[in-house]
Parts: sequence; C-alpha cells; structure tokens
Amino acid sequence: MLRILLLLVVFFATPLVAQTYGPLQTALQAQPELVERASRRSVGEVLDRLAETGAPNLQAFLEAWTDRRVVLLEAEGTFFIGARDGDTYQLTDIDTGQTSVAPRDAVKELRPNAGVRRVIGTALIEFQLSDPRREARIAALTALERNGSAALLEPLRTSMTDEADAEVAAMKSALERRLTARFDPDPSARITAIQALSDSITIEDRATLSRILASSLVVAQSAPPESDNVARVLTPIDDLPLAQAHALLVDAGLTEAPITREDRDTALIAAIENDTVAGIPVTSLDNEDARWAAYGALTNTAPALEGWGAIPMSDFEGIVIYERYAEPNAEITQAAEIASAAVETRLALHQTADLGLDALSLASIYFLAAVGLAVTFGVMGVINMAHGEFIMIGAYTGYVVQTIIPDYTVSLIVALPLAFVVAGAAGVALERLVIRHLMHRPLETLLATFGISIALQQIAKNIFGTQARPLTSPDWLAGSWVISDAISISWIRVAIFLLALVFLTAIVLVLKRTRLGLEVRAVTQNPGMAASMGIDPGRIGMLTFGLGSGIAGVAGVAIGLYAQVTSEMGAGYIVQSFMTVVVGGVGSVIGTLAGAGLIGGMQKGIEFLNPSNTLAAQTYMILFVIAFIQFRPRGIVPQKGRFAK
Amino acid sequence: MTLLRIPHVATVLVCLAIVTIGATVLAEAGLVSTSFVKTLGKTLCLCLVAVAMDLVWGYTGILSLGHMAFFGIGGYSIGMWLMRARTEGIVATQLERAALPPTPAEIDQAAALQIFGVVGSDEFPWMWAFSDVLFVQLLAVVAVPGLLALVFGWLAFRSRVTGVYLSILTQAGTLALSLWLFQNDSGLRGNNGLSGLQNIPGAEGVPQSTVSLWFLWASAVALGLTYVLAAWVVTDRFGSVLRAIRDDETRVRFLGYNVEAYKLAVFTGTAMLAGIAGALYYPQAGIINPAEIAPIASIYLAVWVAIGGRGRLYGAILGAAAVSLLSSWFTGGGAPDIDLGIYTVLWTDWWLVLLGFGFVAVTLFAPEGIGGLFDRIARPKRVGDLGPDAGALRQEEARGEKV
Amino acid sequence: MSALLEVSGVTKTFDGFRAIDNLSFSISEPEMRAVIGPNGAGKTTFMDIVTGKTRPDTGTVRWGETSTDLTRLSEARIARLGLGRKFQKPTVFEDQTVRENLRLALKGARGPVPVLFKRRARADQIAALADQVGLSDALNIKSGALSHGQKQWLEIGMLLAQEPRLLLVDEPAAGMTTAEREKTTAMLVEAAKTRAVVVVEHDMEFVRRLNCRVTVLHEGRVLAEGSLDHVTANPQVIDVYLGRDEGDSNA
Repeated sequence: MLRILLLLVVFFATPLVAQTYGPLQTALQAQPELVERASRRSVGEVLDRLAETGAPNLQAFLEAWTDRRVVLLEAEGTFFIGARDGDTYQLTDIDTGQTSVAPRDAVKELRPNAGVRRVIGTALIEFQLSDPRREARIAALTALERNGSAALLEPLRTSMTDEADAEVAAMKSALERRLTARFDPDPSARITAIQALSDSITIEDRATLSRILASSLVVAQSAPPESDNVARVLTPIDDLPLAQAHALLVDAGLTEAPITREDRDTALIAAIENDTVAGIPVTSLDNEDARWAAYGALTNTAPALEGWGAIPMSDFEGIVIYERYAEPNAEITQAAEIASAAVETRLALHQTADLGLDALSLASIYFLAAVGLAVTFGVMGVINMAHGEFIMIGAYTGYVVQTIIPDYTVSLIVALPLAFVVAGAAGVALERLVIRHLMHRPLETLLATFGISIALQQIAKNIFGTQARPLTSPDWLAGSWVISDAISISWIRVAIFLLALVFLTAIVLVLKRTRLGLEVRAVTQNPGMAASMGIDPGRIGMLTFGLGSGIAGVAGVAIGLYAQVTSEMGAGYIVQSFMTVVVGGVGSVIGTLAGAGLIGGMQKGIEFLNPSNTLAAQTYMILFVIAFIQFRPRGIVPQKGRFAK
Repeated sequence: MTLLRIPHVATVLVCLAIVTIGATVLAEAGLVSTSFVKTLGKTLCLCLVAVAMDLVWGYTGILSLGHMAFFGIGGYSIGMWLMRARTEGIVATQLERAALPPTPAEIDQAAALQIFGVVGSDEFPWMWAFSDVLFVQLLAVVAVPGLLALVFGWLAFRSRVTGVYLSILTQAGTLALSLWLFQNDSGLRGNNGLSGLQNIPGAEGVPQSTVSLWFLWASAVALGLTYVLAAWVVTDRFGSVLRAIRDDETRVRFLGYNVEAYKLAVFTGTAMLAGIAGALYYPQAGIINPAEIAPIASIYLAVWVAIGGRGRLYGAILGAAAVSLLSSWFTGGGAPDIDLGIYTVLWTDWWLVLLGFGFVAVTLFAPEGIGGLFDRIARPKRVGDLGPDAGALRQEEARGEKV
Repeated sequence: MSALLEVSGVTKTFDGFRAIDNLSFSISEPEMRAVIGPNGAGKTTFMDIVTGKTRPDTGTVRWGETSTDLTRLSEARIARLGLGRKFQKPTVFEDQTVRENLRLALKGARGPVPVLFKRRARADQIAALADQVGLSDALNIKSGALSHGQKQWLEIGMLLAQEPRLLLVDEPAAGMTTAEREKTTAMLVEAAKTRAVVVVEHDMEFVRRLNCRVTVLHEGRVLAEGSLDHVTANPQVIDVYLGRDEGDSNA
C-alpha cells in the first residue's frame, strides 16, 4: 500500500519537473549519460555547459557533486541533490531548491571517481575563489595551497582582479607567486616568481622552493644522461655512507648485495644436520671466522678480496651516483638554488633575532631571580641558600591568591605586591632569627640557610602536595607576539622582560637616589666605616634582606606564570642565580644584569647549537662559568677599591 | 703502632668491630634481617665518605659540595662492571638456546641492547670500553674521582677561589655532572641509572643474606683503614699545616708552604676515598641513578659532618651514622606518628622539616656538633682551650673572607 | 757590599689611586732599617709587593746574589727564598699550641709529601726558639690563649724559626706595654746582627730605640733616607709627616 502511494507521489511529481526544467537541469539533460557515468575526460564538457548557464546554484551543485551527494531519479532521468533517510531519499531540486521525497529503490546515487572529483573540484575552486563569503575564499586558498596544479593558476589569477578584501588579495597574490614558480608553462615567468620568493621566509614559500628543488638519488653507468638535470655528483664514503651507496647499486641491478651475517647464519642454520654444518660441528661455530669458514665450505665459495661480507670497492668503478632534480629545466633549478640560499641567509638572520629575544627573556628571568641575591650577598656577604625557596613562596602566594580571586587579571595584580610582602617578611624573619646570629661565619650561614631551604621545601610539599600547581595567566597575556615566521615571543615573556626592567630601574633608583640606598652602598663598601658613621648595619641588613627576598617573591610569580609551581622550583634557580651573581660581580646590580645577560645568552646559544638537549646546555653553561671565573674571578663588574679583596 | 694509642682511634676501631661482629652473629642467628645488615653496611660507607668530608672541610676548611658526586662516580664505576658482567651472563644463557652457539660479538650486542635498549641505543658507549675488565673498573673507582678532583681543584685553587665561592663552584660542578648524567645519551642510561647491582657476578648461588655480610665486613674494614689513615694524616705536621690553612691560608703562604698543593692533595685524596665509599655503597643499595649525585646529597653530607662536629674524625662518623640511621628510621615508618586531633604528623612527611630546622638549631646553638658535646663531657674546658676548631674558625671567618 | 733586596722603579695603582709611585729601595745583609711614613704612604703595599702578595704594574724587585726577580714568584716561593714577614695584627694559629706554631715555621722541607712522611719532633730547636722569645713555659698552650704581647713574640719566634735572610716586620710594637716594647726591641736588634731587618713603624719613639737608618715614604715615594736625626731635620719630612697628628693607626 505504502509502495503504491509512493509511486503515486513519483507519478505526480515527474510531469511537474519535466515541464519546468531549470537552467542547470537543462544543461545536465543535454547529455545525461555523461553525468551519470562521468569520466575524467568527458566531465569537462558537462562542466563547460554548466558554466555557461551562470546559474546561482551552480556552486552548491558542484559542491554536492564532489561530495557524492548528487543522485539520479531513475524513472525520470533527472538529477537531484539527495540525502538518504532510512528507506527514503530526501531530494532537493538543483535549481529551485524544492524538496521532495522518493523511495530508496527509485534513486541511484552517482559515485564520481577520484579523478572526476578532482576535475570538478578544480572547477569548484574557480567559483570558491570568487565566493562572496570571505571564509570560503580563504578555505579555497588553503585547498589550493595543498593541491595546487597548473590548471588552477588561471582561475586564481582571474579571481585576483576583483578581490576587494586586501588581506585575501595579499594571500592570493602570494599564492599566485608560489603557483607560478611551480607550474607556469613559461619558464621565464617561473624564474621571475622564484626570484621574488627569495625575499620571503614564510613556511609556504620555503616549501615551494624545496618542492622545486626536490631531487632523488640516481645511479648511472659512465655519465648521467644529457636529459637529466643533475644537482650534484656524489662520491661514496665522502658524500654518502658506503653501505647506502652500494645498496643503490644493488637496487639498480648493477651488482649483487654482499652476503650479510644474517644471510650467512640463516644459510648455516638451514644446513644443520646431526649438529654439523658441511661436516663442521655446530658447537665450534662460536666465532665469526669459524662461521665464515663453514659458510665457505657450505656454498663452496671463497671470500672476496676484501673479505667475507665486505663491500667490494671495484663495484663502483665506472659508476656515477648523482642527485637528480625532479624539475628538468636546469635554469629553473639554478634560480631556485640561488633563491633558496638567499632565503637560508635571511632565515638565519631572523632565527638569530629570535634567539636573541629568547635569550633576553631568559636573562630577564635570571635577573629577577638573582638580583635579590646580589643585593643581600653584596651588602651582607651572606650566601642565602634559601633564596630559591623565597621564589617558591612567591609563586605559591600567587597560586593561593588565584584560588581565592577567580579573575586572573585581578589576582595577578594582587599577587605581585602580596608575593613581595610575603616573601619579604619571610626574608626579614630569616635574617632576624638566623642570619644575624651567624654574623661573620659565612660557611655556617650557608649551611644554616640550607637547613631552612630543606625545611621550607618539605613544608610546601606537605601543604600543597607534590603535584605541580598551575598559575594561569590572564587572557591578554596568552599567545605570542609574532613578528615574522621565524621571530615570535610569548606575551608572558614580554611581560617578564618589562617586569625585570621595572625592577632594575626601581633598584637602581633606590640605591642611587635614596638615603637607604646611600646607607646600603656604604655598608657594601666598608661595613666598619659605615657603622662608625652611625649607620646601623643591623637595620640595613634587615631591610636589604627583606628587599632581596621580596624581589625573589615577585620573581616567583613571574616564573610561575610560564613554568609550573612546585615545591622544588626554587632549587632549580638557586645555582643559576649564584652563577649570575658571581659572573656579574658581587654586590653590583648592573653586574647582575650583565651576568644574567651573559648566562641567558650562553644558555640559549648552546641550546641552539644542540637543540635536542637542554640538559647538556646547562651542563656546558656551568662548565663555562667555572672557566670564566678562572679569568675574571671578581666577575664582569668587579667591586672596586682596596677593600675588595 | 702509636696511632692505636690515640683514644678515639682505638674507640672507633673497637666500636666498629663490635658492630660488625655483633651484626654478623645476630644475622647468622636470624635475629636481624638482611635489609638491616644492608642498612648497616651502607651507613658504614656513609661514615667513610663523611670522614673524607671532615678531612677536606673540618680540617682543611674547603666546604666541598661535591664529594657525594665523587661517591656516585665510584658507584657508577663499579656498577658498570656489575651490570655488564651480570647482563652478559644472562644473555649468554639465553643465547645458548639459539641454533648456533653465540659469538662474543653477539653476546656483546645482546648485552648492549639489554642494557641500553631503555635509552634507545644498542651499543656500548665509549666509556664502557673496559667495563668488562674488573681491574680497570676498580681502578676507575679511585682514578676517575681523583682525576676530576685534580682538574677541578687545580683550576679553582690556582685562581684562589675560597670560602663560599668555592662551595658554590663545587655545587655548580656537581649540578653540571648530575644534569649531564640525566641525559639519555650520557652513556650511563640517563635517569634510569644502573640497577641490579646487588647481584654479584660469579656469586649467583650465594644468598643475599651472605652477600650483605660480605659487604658489611668490607665496608667496616674500609672504614677502619680509612679512619687510621685519616688519623695518621691529621696528626703531626701535615695536620698542623691543614688546620693552619683552614684558619689563615695567607699566613701559611708567608711561611713558605705551597697552600694550593696541600689543598689539591687533600681534595683529590678525599675524592678518591669518596669513590671507594661509593663503590662499596651501591652494590648494597642495588641501584644508582643521577638523582644520587644531585647537589642536595653533598649538602646532606656537609650537614652530617656539621651535626657530628667537624674537625674531629669521630664527629664525622657520629654525625653520618646518627643522621642517616635516624633518617631511615623516620622515613621508613619506624617513628610513631603524632596524632594532634585535627592534624596527624606523619614523620615520613615531617622528618625533613625536623632535620632542616634541627640543623639550623645545631648551627646556631651547638656549632661544635655532637662531637663538641662529647669533648665537653670527656674533658672539661680549660682556660684557653678553644676546642679543635671553633676558636680559629671564628677568627678566620671574622675576617670576612671574600675572594 | 752587594744589596740583598733591590727594589727599583716600582709602581702600583689601585683603581686610579697610585699607592706606590716609582719607588726604589735597597737593603743589604746584615742591616736594620726602619720605614716610616704617614697614613697612605704605601708602607703596607710596599711590603705586599716585596712578599709577592701584590704584583706591581712596573718595576723590579731583585733578590740575593742571583738577582732573582721576586715579582714573578708566589708568596710561598718568596718565603722559601728566605724572606719572612710579620703582620701588623699578630697572626698566629690560635687553634694550635705554641709548639705546633713554631714547628710549622721551622726551616725544612715544605712540600706535602715530605711533610707527610718525614716526622721529626725537632724538640731541641723548638725549645731553643721558645727560650729566645720567652715562651718556654707556654709550649703546650694553645696560642689563642696567649696575651697580645706573647702572640707578637710567638710570631717573631716563628719568623726566626724560618731562618730568613730578610725580616719584614710591620708595627711590632703596636699595643704593647713599655716592658714588652723593650723586650721586642732587643729581639729585633739581636736578629739584625745576622740578617737584614726592615721595620715598618709608626711610633717614633720605638724607631729611635732601634737606632738605625730610616727611610721615609710619602705618597708612594721615598721622601728621605738617613739617620733618624737626619730625616727629622728634613723640612719636607716635617711638613708631610711630623706636622701631622700621629695618633691614629696605620692603614
């Protein structure tokens, strides 16, 4: 019953459609068999006819066609966009967009093959490139980037003339340059485009050059054929490993592969009979010589001149191994090589600049971590091994504030001064309770502060657990400042740099412009004399300790923003901080800055040379510092005067 | 032997004998566990390295924060042989079942894969070239720490780096070494370290209970010999020069002594002793990894010596034994937790806090350590008797030493 | 009579401050010489240069028959050549007994190996030295427990134990009682009979008692040289030195 009803629907629907074919359906119906059984060659004809209609729904239809959503209503021979829904198909008229329903049996899905879909896709891209929606145009460009071809060059160029959006226009022209470089039929146009590419370091442009320069290893007897575009001739051993070179020869059928140990052992094992191989007892085959001898006996062969399993050098006589460009035109590859070299140079410059920025940000962190230490060490001659724990205290302060105040911006603004106060108070307490009582016993101070450091770390672990706690930065600090494809720096690091700058200025101003600074400098240079001038070294000591520890707390918040907050985070910075102070010169803020710059720069430099291994970079950096102290035991900015001994 | 007439030498040797023999008897009787014997043996090794630390810090005034690194190097040196010999034994047994009897190269290869597969390598790194020769690795136990100490010390002492600077420099050197060892391509299995060291090749049939006693005895003999050697070194003029260097090295120079040569000799010699201690310790611990070399270990060493009382050889032993045994008691769950109602103090969590603050208290209130208390009981203070080191140390430090 | 120590044209600058300015000085053996000068005259720097603690910017310091250049040698090496120095503050090893202090100073091999393996008590020499400086009863006392004057004598005893050819003595009489001063003077005069002794002193009365040639330093240069009466008569010396307050101690 249902079936009859459906048939009736179809019966009534059909004449309706037949009477009012839209322009697309008309174009398709001209040669419906070409649509139904589309082939790569014939589909062009259909597409041309469709294009002539200029119908507004054309793009939607083509998209449906490539997506295999176009169906044929077999009874009528008309095409619809169809979506299967259980036992029925939801049909959409390709011209009017009217929907109807048809039973499953009445409908045949068109299944264009990959080749056909590519051709349709190319045609589609022409439309998409001029799509009124901006994101559709950008999507088309992305697709084009991935599967560019000579055929798409023209549509792209055409679409460029009436591109209104400046950004998309720029993308189009950059893509046009890349496609020209690769696909333009005119070699001189390609060379011009290639030359233009040498000014750019974008990943796409670099990939374009390397695609043009793609090459493969080829073996030839006597000399490469004239037709080959030779990149370079390779000498075995010098240019490529002997085994690899020989394998090429073997692949080319020019020689036989040498017998490997595995081959030999397989042969020997296969030939074991009654615990002997070729009459030799298996138990004696516990060394290479015996096994080769057995193999010789087994196969009745003698070793090559060079010995068993060796690669005979004579195989390479009269043979040329070379790299051949996939691109046959030598002028183009030459231009690409030149452009590629220019790009490499430019890229190296940009990478150096990027490295410089990295080093600067690392130096800022080291400066923040170390400057408090430099002040306390310089003024009081005290090595505070718990300095790293003040960094940790600052970071945990930031974490606690964040759990109370949900707004990241507000919590950061609260956390910075609070970390200063909390860590500073801890510092003052340490000074009053411990360090003051160990005056003039620097080694014992060092050890006592170690005790404090051990205890503080464990307390933090007991309170906050061993798990790393995140310190989330506000949204406006997320992401990176991208200057070029090779130069970028995260906004957090920029902020840390600015913070370091603020503290540098503040400390220098306090030291140079205030009464406290004057007294601090007096105590640094000559404690005895300062005391006799009525300066209370105890008060100065306490204040500088509070200041130094407070800065460490602020550094903790800054470090926590880009690294994890753990109870051990301070320990990781303490040695670096001391290096910074010692290299820079004790008691000098400018020296600390120089030390931080040198150590940060060194570390980044070493990491760049050996990028896989940041641990090794730290090792070499420390070795460098040890060597540095040999030559400048008092640091870059030494303390002056006769008392600086 | 006049040395044996020195009261503390005799006392230490007798105590050592009592502990060793007592532990052996109790172990044979099944009254103490193998793990206790191992803890005891390990503690003796820590005492040994503490004696070395006392020589270099308590007597010569060099606060080295790197002697546990030498200890670790000693452990690694012997560990390489232990691990390789054992792995090759296992591998050879496995390869017996192959169709062809294994060649030496195949055993090597399989052993290398077994050892270094975990760090993605299948061949022995260069430093393992002689790891199958026990003699060479035994030599390395003293030679590698000695050589490192010699080079480092020569550089540091030559440029007259002293006091806290030297401490920081040794700490940095230690950090560099441990970071380097943490790398997978360091050739020493990165942070996996070396393991299975408690299995002694050639003694597969011997139960661990017996092996642990062997090592206890070896450790005791090594500690005893070291103690006598150290006592011999610090008595008479050599010790006098060392203490003089600690208290005022400038003055010693003007007396015509080559201060750098003395420092270098002590630094290198004690590094070698630390290497020996490590080589005895790690076969008892069974595993060594780079974390053992981290600077904090050397700091603990200094803490032991300070708590025991530096400048006294027995102080080093007292400190190392007391703190490390207490530490394993507390962290091993031996100490009863304290229930405060709202909060329960778990000693596994709070032991380090106690140790840290306790150490600060010792530094503040008993700078001469446990040994100092001992001395006060043993012989009441006479006028002008400043104890083995306290007076002069303060005098030296009062000068506000800087580079 | 050839000079034992010959300092010529020595200059040393600290961060732009000229502590020693083209100084020349010589002393032969045996001789007693007093070096005087006001604060900052360069007396201590002069001793630092001679003993190798400070390297001069220019100039030479020649020693003995072979004219060895001391500016290239380490402090320890210079000391072993026979140059003993006594510091202004008494610097003895307070943690060690008088006997140990003296034995440290006794002339003999100084290398770690012989010191470790050659163990001789040398009690007779030590007793004789202690007797010489009046510390026979204090041999087994820690030197930290000695009085200020006793420490000074112990240090002189240690100097003598070194058997130096040249003694550099920095303010030996500072902080001593009159009786102690007399004893110290006698020790130095006795020592100067067989060797060269340079006494850097601030106290005119003490210098007068030494009764020797005097070199006056001023701003790193030799201002005058001769007998005490001769130099005190020099108007320049009166101007720069004697005209000033002598009360404060040397730097």
